[in-house]
Amino acid sequence: MADRLLTFSIFRYNPITPEIPPRMQEYQLEETMGMSLFIALNRLREELDPSLMFDFVCRAAICGSCAMLINGRPGLACKTLTQDMPDRITVMPLPVFKLVGDLSVDTGVWFRHLNVRTEAWIHTDKVFNPEAIEERMDNPTAQAIYDAERCIECGCCIGACATANMRADFMGAAFLNRIARFMIDPRDERPMAQYFDVVGTDEGVFGCIGLMACDDLCPMEIPLQGQLAFVRRKMAQMALKCARCK
Amino acid sequence: MNWSDAHISDVLVIGAGLAGERVAIEAAMNGHSVTILSLVPPRRSHSTAAQGGMQAALGNVAQGYGDNPDIHFEDTVKGSDWGCDQEVARIFCEQAPVAVRQLSQWGVPWSRVVPGKRTLPDGTDIEDLQEKAGLIAQRQFGGTAKWRTCFAADGTGHVLQYAMDSVVVKLGVTVHDRCEAISLIHDGETCFGAVTMDLRTGEIRPYLAKATVIATGGYGRIYGTSTNAVINEGTGMAIAQDTGVVPLGNMEAVQFHPTGIVPANILVTEGCRGDGGYLLDKNLHRFMPDYEPVKQEIASRDVVSRWMLHHIRQGFGVDSPYGPHLWLDIRHLGPEHICTDLREVHTICQNFLGIDCVEALIPVRPTQHYSMGGVRTNKNGDVYGLKSLFAAGEAACWDLHGFNRLGGNSLAETIVAGMVVGERVAEFAKEQSLVFPFSLVQDAMAAQAQRLADLRSRKNGTEDAFVLRHRMEDTLLNNVGIFRTAEALQEAVTTLQGLYEQAQNVRLRSSGLGPNPELLAALHLPGMLRLALCISYGALQRTESRGSHYREDYPRRDDDNWLKRTLAYWKPGAPMPDLQYEPVNITELPPGSRGYGEMPIDKGE
Repeated sequence: MADRLLTFSIFRYNPITPEIPPRMQEYQLEETMGMSLFIALNRLREELDPSLMFDFVCRAAICGSCAMLINGRPGLACKTLTQDMPDRITVMPLPVFKLVGDLSVDTGVWFRHLNVRTEAWIHTDKVFNPEAIEERMDNPTAQAIYDAERCIECGCCIGACATANMRADFMGAAFLNRIARFMIDPRDERPMAQYFDVVGTDEGVFGCIGLMACDDLCPMEIPLQGQLAFVRRKMAQMALKCARCK
Repeated sequence: MNWSDAHISDVLVIGAGLAGERVAIEAAMNGHSVTILSLVPPRRSHSTAAQGGMQAALGNVAQGYGDNPDIHFEDTVKGSDWGCDQEVARIFCEQAPVAVRQLSQWGVPWSRVVPGKRTLPDGTDIEDLQEKAGLIAQRQFGGTAKWRTCFAADGTGHVLQYAMDSVVVKLGVTVHDRCEAISLIHDGETCFGAVTMDLRTGEIRPYLAKATVIATGGYGRIYGTSTNAVINEGTGMAIAQDTGVVPLGNMEAVQFHPTGIVPANILVTEGCRGDGGYLLDKNLHRFMPDYEPVKQEIASRDVVSRWMLHHIRQGFGVDSPYGPHLWLDIRHLGPEHICTDLREVHTICQNFLGIDCVEALIPVRPTQHYSMGGVRTNKNGDVYGLKSLFAAGEAACWDLHGFNRLGGNSLAETIVAGMVVGERVAEFAKEQSLVFPFSLVQDAMAAQAQRLADLRSRKNGTEDAFVLRHRMEDTLLNNVGIFRTAEALQEAVTTLQGLYEQAQNVRLRSSGLGPNPELLAALHLPGMLRLALCISYGALQRTESRGSHYREDYPRRDDDNWLKRTLAYWKPGAPMPDLQYEPVNITELPPGSRGYGEMPIDKGE
């Protein structure tokens, strides 16, 4: 692998210079031991083109900032090692999200909007008592919540989703998972019906057409299809119960 | 400047990590309009990267029974090597349990106590009692007498930040992400807000507020090789010091974490050692008990890092193309434990080393990790020197940590300081009315516009921002690390002074238009160099060893002369910081033995 000359073909467009149309630009770089796209893109910027825009924060696959289309597949650039890639690497910004410039997209506004829309917080009437000890929870429940809470809002499941690419109002796997997380949390006092008002629609669980790219590409390996099935199952159970009581 | 561009709120919080968001929540719950500025969406803040946990004396687990804030206090003061403010440490230890429990109500999935007997890796048998079932679980971290660190599997920082941000979203607090404060607006007595750059467009705007809070985290990136996120450039500290009237406290106190992986410099949590992991040398010998017979791998971070580097210097490091390292061995903890409570470690090893740490050793070495120093505040969070300005979290020198922070005390600090400072800010903003001197804001805006225009138009400059930056990183890494000497520190000061001069002569290779990364690099560089000089010069002047500050030429702690805190001011136009000192607040525990790190280090040529 040493001595490989890598060719990077990178999407370029800066909204502040709209007169320069979007284009692919090529750069070459000698591969080094253990090179990741984090290392490569920073070297390209520092050595060849200091105007190149991209986002990294933690560079350890924890923060979710650096999702990009890498040779056509959404993934985290920081943990993509060049040794696993061919000589030619194409990098494009994640679709669906608004472009900030080059490889940088605006995930923050999108996710905040969806967090508001799905009311992704604990709903409770309990007032915090600083004198009291904590309410108990059994550890398997805590772990199950944690497993869903591991989502890092990187947007890979959104960029990879055919529905999200076609319809701007689809909430995508990230938020169906988020809803599932609150449904299993005993601290959240929302009645089931309230969740379904939010997700029991075409913008929610019924928008999914089952291509499963979200599940394949989640960098945290969250079982997103399983979470979607869980929400649908809960809905069906509730519908049956209601039908019976009528 | 157009006045309609001004963004006005009661409280302006710079930084959306845990400390900033907790302050914002407190202010918002008290009815204030709050704006949070952040370089990145809040959930990408570096707080999320904290894997290990949060210390709070709950006494829920077998090895923590009988714990209380007094013991937490004693651990914290000893950990700080008596450098911390004891009044602050007391407030902190009393409030930490409240903070943990409130977070539970906000949705944090803390790991919980599972009753039953088990045997620890060292052979000790313990039993978690039925009566504690389902309470918040705690694990062991370095330098503590009790198991006290509350955790959520392997991703405590992540879940804390998500829960915290969910409350910010619920309260409807305004967050402007991709927005950077590039200077504070002040008249030498009062702070009125900040001039900010929109990182989507490159435009600048004034943000005005009754109270401004700096919660921008640490500066690890000035070391280049650091566990810190790439956004941790110390910009908040730099703009505060740049006012000329605000001091930075104890900048020479820099923490190196024992287990950064080699070569990626990504942290693997102290939980690895707390849960029973070992450090091994090239002969696979477990060397820490040789140096620290009692605490072994879980002495405080400064002590473990020092012994690791010492052991490497003695020739026991494992050679690699990236320099010598040591091994972290967690194999004996078993796959089940590794794949749940240490899953992130497992994933990091897989992603960045290509190894399975259930079966393989992890290459580690001490790596820059945390800044105990920062914007000096009093116990309520009021910044020294400027009214209406506050600071919290790693960006602040509240001074909970003195010269060494205990693992698990940083997440806890962000939240407890967020509560305490948030209360103070809320109260302050209630008493204050919104008044802004027009010309002051206009001048502040004009000065920043000019600064940017100068950078963009300086076509006869000779220096490259990235090149200067790498020289700064190398200087700090080589001369201002774990082992320090007068000679190396003096060399660092001289080099950094030269770089600071050169930084005034940077020329951009690109247009610098919009949110241009080269422009930002050039913009940050002088502030970063000022911080680097404060660290190096402060370290040079402090002729003793205390906590993480270890002088080979002055290897002992010197309470007679140095039981004091460094305050580094930077007067406008000065080439060097102006160092002053203040006494350390000792209210309960007089200086004594830490109980670890006492064996003299033999230099061994």
